Amino acid sequence: MERKNYLNAEYGIRSWLLTTDHKRIALLYLLSITFFFFVGGFFALLIRLELLTPAGDLMTADMYNKAFTMHGQIMVFFFLIPSIPAVLGNFLIPMMIGAKDLAFPRINLLSWYIYIIAGGLYIYCLATGGVDTGWTFYTPYSSLFSNTHVVEAGLAIFIVGFSSILTGLNFVVTVHRMRAPGMTWSRLPLFVWSHYATSIIMLLGTPIIAITLLLVVLERTLNLGIFDPSRGGDPVLFQHLFWFYSHPAVYIMILPSMAVISEIVPCFSRKRVFGYTFVAASSIAIAAIGFLVWAHHMFVAGISLYSALVFSFLSFMVAIPSAVKVFNWTATMYKGSISFSTPMLYAFGFIGLFTIGGLTGLFLATLGVDVHVHDTYFVIAHFHYVMVGGAVMGYLGGIHFWWPKISGRMYPEGWGRLAALIVFLGFNLTFFPQFIVGYLGMPRRYWQYPPEFQVYNVLSTAGASILAIGYLLPMVYLLWSLRYGKLAPDNPWQATGLEWKTTSPPPTFNFDETPVVTWEAYEYETMPLPDEVTLER
Amino acid sequence: MLEHEDRPELRHHFADVVQQRNAASLGMWWFLGTEIMFFGGMFCGYLVYRRAYFPEFAAGSRSLSLVAGTVNTAVLICSSLTVALAVRASQLGKRKLLVNLLLATMFFGVCFLGIKGYEWHDEYEHHHAPTFYFNAQDLVHNNPNLHMDPQRTKIFFSLYFALTGVHALHMIVGIGIFSVITFMAWRGKFTPEYHTPIEIAGLYWHFVDIVWIYLFPLLYLIDRRPGA
Repeated sequence: MERKNYLNAEYGIRSWLLTTDHKRIALLYLLSITFFFFVGGFFALLIRLELLTPAGDLMTADMYNKAFTMHGQIMVFFFLIPSIPAVLGNFLIPMMIGAKDLAFPRINLLSWYIYIIAGGLYIYCLATGGVDTGWTFYTPYSSLFSNTHVVEAGLAIFIVGFSSILTGLNFVVTVHRMRAPGMTWSRLPLFVWSHYATSIIMLLGTPIIAITLLLVVLERTLNLGIFDPSRGGDPVLFQHLFWFYSHPAVYIMILPSMAVISEIVPCFSRKRVFGYTFVAASSIAIAAIGFLVWAHHMFVAGISLYSALVFSFLSFMVAIPSAVKVFNWTATMYKGSISFSTPMLYAFGFIGLFTIGGLTGLFLATLGVDVHVHDTYFVIAHFHYVMVGGAVMGYLGGIHFWWPKISGRMYPEGWGRLAALIVFLGFNLTFFPQFIVGYLGMPRRYWQYPPEFQVYNVLSTAGASILAIGYLLPMVYLLWSLRYGKLAPDNPWQATGLEWKTTSPPPTFNFDETPVVTWEAYEYETMPLPDEVTLER
Repeated sequence: MLEHEDRPELRHHFADVVQQRNAASLGMWWFLGTEIMFFGGMFCGYLVYRRAYFPEFAAGSRSLSLVAGTVNTAVLICSSLTVALAVRASQLGKRKLLVNLLLATMFFGVCFLGIKGYEWHDEYEHHHAPTFYFNAQDLVHNNPNLHMDPQRTKIFFSLYFALTGVHALHMIVGIGIFSVITFMAWRGKFTPEYHTPIEIAGLYWHFVDIVWIYLFPLLYLIDRRPGA
């Protein structure tokens, strides 16, 4: 007889829509963000097709403006920000600390409904004509001049912010109050540390974008004048408030991805993570310093030279904790027994691509260079290296790593490695040419460009179609594995961590008995090597 | 597991009531942290514009009703007192007193909203609401000593309406929460051992009061010197 687990404990649509089980809510999020990923990806496809030729031939200029706006807003607010926290964080944090659930299970479900309401409103906005302000909503264009659905889009993003606030709140309280006996702060998996740092950013940053977008909405509907220069308002104030959230939002995307990498690297190197305390502290440092760098988006917006100098310096500072992580992962691999399984391939991809993305960030933090490359494809390439090369690689790596725990089935390892390779190649082919074309001076957000830039854009579009295959492949074989995959053992990777000590898939309350932790994190020296057959070498 | 059977309010995923209470209280404190940031965005705008357009802010501030603002401050402080007493009454298990104190809190809350609504109506009648019909010529007439641009006072009134509006929204939510709590108290759901909902709702109510304690001087008392 099959063991009761969270998937077969109850059946029917009600048992999913009214569930308070963090694992089921994680799966609800998984489905919803996958939907938005493909909607956002559709707009990316439109952008890349338009840019295949120098002339503006596929779309009108207005339609192109809407395409890149909705690509950005959907990917940032409806995919990347909830991606790892709401899916993997939701699923894993209670299990990793030995709890039965998050501290507030009903608020967890509420956060998903808020996400769905906001998503529905955004889809309504999209279906009735969309929005063309750029994902940044810069005033006074958004507040006075745009004739598109800024109010609906603004409200949708206002609402979805509360979903992320509630998720962050749940994580912080859970980590503080729900740890199993013996699970001290210094024994927490680094996944939990990174999510703790992420949650603090969500809690302290998101309210600012909420009130800022609310003021833009009120400016459009009631004619308030807070950002209107004709009445003494200051559009640069909008930029300050916007980036006060939206720069830390980059860390909301990358920290959870670093959380995943910190679990994968020691597991597939069979070594304790190098410098646990430093990796844990660097997450907190990134969250703290990340709040103090926002104005590096505004070097050409007319801010004072002295504040620009300070923000430039602080932006360099945030590279230090990021580099601590990269060096420590590398040192963890040193003399480890590395196996090249799918999650590890994504982790390798992450480390390389994030390093490129992070280092080009330093170019942009340099005042003089930023003036040259500001608003060019160099910036586009930089943040796609961080958000797609970093955050999405980590997300995919994490989905593969914990897929046996989530679904109770193994994914096909060969297909997994192939997809990881395709994603890596497609990604670099898409975005590396954008560094060059940006440095040569191609501005972002234009639908036409001089013919000499065409070769880079053709490379980029070709890469995007390869990347699309790389993203579709896991969709296919992961769904396939739900029915035909081999049954997963409880701990297929011989990984440490409490989530592997329960069954696959876990029972509704995660553990039959609350575990008592008497060991340190990442004791890979004492773990046996994983079963060769499981890994299909 | 024994404790779960004795205490119906203890939810399954907590080990004991202490853990449940601590989680609820920490959650509310963090939520109030997010609220500080939420209002913080507007306070930041206030700071920037008050520095840039001080005469306009002073003129706008003088046009607000000092009496209504002061009475409302007193009303809110009274409501905070009744909340604090309600928490105490629940600790002592005095159910009738608890219900009465909660009703008094909601009464003060409704009074506040009534006075606030009267003020908004008054400002709307004077064309001071920051809509398309905004007109501040009367402020120039009333403040001959201030060198100001009447159009710029719109920023003051934009911030005034945004801040007091969002604050009032929080009051309405608070009254909604207290209606539920009062109903629960009337049904005798709370005991000296279990009154966490009253405590955390009280935290929220005190926070909303504190926001007003900042709003009152920042909006009503910018420059009230006679003859200035």
